[in-house]
Amino acid sequence: MSARDRILSRIRAARGGASAITEIERARVDSTIRAHALGERPATNWEVLPRFRELCIRMASTYDEVATQADVPEAVARYLREKSLPLQAVAWPSIAKLDWTATGITVEGRPARGDDLVGITGTHLGVAETGTLMLLSGNETYAATSLLPETHIAIVPASRIVATMEDAWARTRDEIGELPRAVNFVSGPSRTADIEGILQIGAHGPFRVHVIVTTAE
Amino acid sequence: MSTPSSAGTRPHSTISFKDRAHDRLNDAKVQRAMRNFNLAGARTRGMLDMENLEDIRTSAAAIRDRSLEMLDVWLERFEKEATRRGVTVHWAETHEDANRIIVDIARANDVKKVIKSKSMVSEESHLNGALESAGMKVVETDLGEYIVQLAGETPSHIIAPAIHKSREDVGDLFHEHHKTPRKTDPAELTMEARKFLREHFLSADMGITGGNFLIADTGSLVLVTNEGNGRMTTTMPRIHVAITGIEKVLGTMEDLSCILRLLTRSATGQPISNYITINTGPKAEGDADGPEQMHVVIVDAGRARLLGTDMQEALRCIRCGACMNHCPVYQNIGGHAYGWVYPGPIGSVLTPNYIGLEKALDLPNAATLCNQCGVVCPVKIPLPDLMRKLREKQLDRGLRPWKERAAIRMWAWAAQRPAMYALLTRIAARVGRTAGGADRTIHKLPGNGWTEGRDLPAPSGKTFRELYASRTRK
Repeated sequence: MSARDRILSRIRAARGGASAITEIERARVDSTIRAHALGERPATNWEVLPRFRELCIRMASTYDEVATQADVPEAVARYLREKSLPLQAVAWPSIAKLDWTATGITVEGRPARGDDLVGITGTHLGVAETGTLMLLSGNETYAATSLLPETHIAIVPASRIVATMEDAWARTRDEIGELPRAVNFVSGPSRTADIEGILQIGAHGPFRVHVIVTTAE
Repeated sequence: MSTPSSAGTRPHSTISFKDRAHDRLNDAKVQRAMRNFNLAGARTRGMLDMENLEDIRTSAAAIRDRSLEMLDVWLERFEKEATRRGVTVHWAETHEDANRIIVDIARANDVKKVIKSKSMVSEESHLNGALESAGMKVVETDLGEYIVQLAGETPSHIIAPAIHKSREDVGDLFHEHHKTPRKTDPAELTMEARKFLREHFLSADMGITGGNFLIADTGSLVLVTNEGNGRMTTTMPRIHVAITGIEKVLGTMEDLSCILRLLTRSATGQPISNYITINTGPKAEGDADGPEQMHVVIVDAGRARLLGTDMQEALRCIRCGACMNHCPVYQNIGGHAYGWVYPGPIGSVLTPNYIGLEKALDLPNAATLCNQCGVVCPVKIPLPDLMRKLREKQLDRGLRPWKERAAIRMWAWAAQRPAMYALLTRIAARVGRTAGGADRTIHKLPGNGWTEGRDLPAPSGKTFRELYASRTRK
């Protein structure tokens, strides 16, 4: 008998089940999963976009709105200049292919390395309840772009902001079915309070998260 | 006292809670650190936006119970889905088995350096020691865990591991280990740790994480962090190994969404932690980043023993730390006094169950049963009830000292004889009042150290039953 079987049969013995897992039990678990029942949720008596903005800021992200993707390069340039940040960035290819020529920013569409300072990504979905970005890993949606650089800029189309995390999962199942290797929910910059309980921003991940919502998309 | 060795001792032998607690009460540094500690206030503020908090707690407890009631079936489903996605699932009956499995994975892949994100199960099993004995370098990456590792100690809180350390302590440690100029500003210290740990993230061969939850539906592993070290550990090295307990399985992402609202608010008051990382398998074809291998080690080590018993509710625990943050005993002595991995009320329940009732005799008694922990627990674990049941088990198994057993037997004998009981309490109340003297305070109890540090208010001279009788007559 393997360690696996010994552990599982110890559990079964404790719950007084028959000697092996039955098909009926498997079917019960399967139907529970398929139901995707919602637990009790807090009231969502707010509008999605204002809530998203408010919570992004509460989670220490900065926030901006433009009309469409075409306006994004200028908004990024404005942000980087305001904060005196380098005018050089790595981005997901979908972002790198925007027209950056007028902005004076060099944008490379490649995965981030440890020494890149600004990373620009799209967003799979925004979650209004908590001001959260839902990012999926993939061939052209590199996970490290939102992680290694000191500054992370995320572009979020307003039509892709949902109310709660439950809504985000339901929509993701409808749209893509299987989950990618990594799903990251990012809510503001990296933080720690491990020295005397005093909050510090920028532990291992970005110091700054700047969210740009494209309101007409 | 608070030398690395004593703070870090984690005996599998008997835990002497009394001595440890006594030391911490007399340790000015621990006392100062505990005064600075107020995650309870953060939780209170964090819960304000949830008017239906009680309904959400009930829902969360039901979600955890549903997993525990058919735990084997849920685990089998998790294993099936995770395996389909390319994860290698391992099963460990004991801590030693878990360590051996992980050392073997590291050896088979020629691993030299391991980075770790927080894992309390690996603290249970002393995994770092096992890897180091096998010749590997192990670096903790949660800032608190890193500080504790440099000091050669163990965590004193499950989510704030270095809460017992002052900025000066951290300054000394970094100066010694990093060979940099000594600093004491928390911001500068955090930056210095970031710089040194970034090097390790980029050069490690293997990343080890815990697992806040396993999701049966998708075969996913869930990590909740604020620092981003969980993301780093699962993104940069070529091998990712997660170690977690059998009880951590949830059915669906909907279950997770419900539980997360309570977990992060109960822990730090945040509506959500900065990073919720969900890993489902290793790097896929064409992925730019991620590990080539992903392993999940599912550990029993005493947990299954609690299933189907009056202790099962303890397995609902989602490791938020709220029970310790609200415990008047923890707030005065800190985590190391509890002598094993889990401090506070949940530790007082888990430790005797995991390492043996006879090895942690004081722990179920290290509480006033005030029920602050029971009120704040997000998954409604009846912690005071469980501690009381453990006390009863100690008595049943004859594990309490003879004096205590004799005293309880005498009390039981008297309490079953109402007239005798009334007489004895009347005598005690009268004697107590006389002993109180003019200031109605007893300064010294005979044969008992209790009054060494405080006074006992003297009884008024009348028993409850006498007062009750006189009032009902009126």
